[in-house]
Amino acid sequence: MFKNFFPNKILSFSNKLFNFLTVLMLLFIFVGLIYALFLSPPDFTQGDSVRIMYVHVPASFIALGCFGFMGIASICALIFKIKILSLMAKSIAPVGSVFALVSIVTGSLWGKPTWGTWWVWDARLTSMLILFIFYIAYISVWKFVDNYEKANRVSSIIAIIGSLNLPVIKYSVDWWNTLHQTSSITLTSAPTIHYTMLIPLIIMIIGAVIYTLIIFLMRYKTEIMKFKLDKRNKEN
Amino acid sequence: MLSKKIRTRIVFTTFLLLASILVVFIVLKSLEENVVYFFSPTELYNKEDISFNKKIRIGGLVKDGSVINNQTSINFIVTDLNNEIIVSYKGSVPNLFSEGKGVVAEGKLKDKKYFIADKILAKHDENYMPPEVNKILKKIKEQ
Repeated sequence: MFKNFFPNKILSFSNKLFNFLTVLMLLFIFVGLIYALFLSPPDFTQGDSVRIMYVHVPASFIALGCFGFMGIASICALIFKIKILSLMAKSIAPVGSVFALVSIVTGSLWGKPTWGTWWVWDARLTSMLILFIFYIAYISVWKFVDNYEKANRVSSIIAIIGSLNLPVIKYSVDWWNTLHQTSSITLTSAPTIHYTMLIPLIIMIIGAVIYTLIIFLMRYKTEIMKFKLDKRNKEN
Repeated sequence: MLSKKIRTRIVFTTFLLLASILVVFIVLKSLEENVVYFFSPTELYNKEDISFNKKIRIGGLVKDGSVINNQTSINFIVTDLNNEIIVSYKGSVPNLFSEGKGVVAEGKLKDKKYFIADKILAKHDENYMPPEVNKILKKIKEQ
């Protein structure tokens, strides 16, 4: 399985796989959206604004997941100097950052009709904003530091420090009083969200995961190509 | 086994992690008063250094049957089922504001039991369900 991510393998990834993933993703998003926007019921207090959740929750999930992956990949890359891990982390950062922004914006759009405010500085919202800033910092280092070794080291350290923020985001609603509600889906107890809303949510999460995988693979392929090209240029 | 270089890097990374965890923990601990978005009536009751001039936020449930609408102002009781605070507010409340639901009020304390709010936010809980299910649940509760 892991061998498939080796540079030579990824370059020979056929368009067929991308097409297959794209069709699968469109299928999930299409069914998910129809279910979420038309078939699922409105909430008993929020009304129709509950439908924002079907984008907000998957986006937050992906934003956290991508940075977690970057953190772990960066630790291994820093210790064992595995180049493909750095390139993987670099490739997944942009899609993660976009989802972090989507999460903040959709949350804001939901907050206005529900809470009565676009934004508050409570622990959940603030830590999510910090995550987005860490994404920006990580991407900027790769963009503006020319020296590969240096960019790799600095960005890895940013990813490692930033991933300490992830448990803070996750548990902020349990540790402190926040305006943001606690999780409806937990590993330890039954979900406090009705199944007619849970099913479209899960479909949307799967769709978002496949989308992220596609963007990641495309970027990763490009990064490997760039890396090989640089190497060849240096040798000549 | 592992070369010396790799071992040095493992030590470096571990120290980096531990140091950052310590820094984050200390910062969050020292800022705890500010990280907490609101105080519950009980927390406020047990708090010793209450300032009556500073803006604070209190939160809890709107007590059933406590909302009194006047022409210009609205009065209600915020409860955490142990302690209560009377809140007075001039202005319009969010749509989701209702009895038995969560609320966060921003403003100043007049005394320990009386709060003058200048902003009201509705707090949503983690329960999501269709209106029909809620009706059925209510019926079961009444029986």
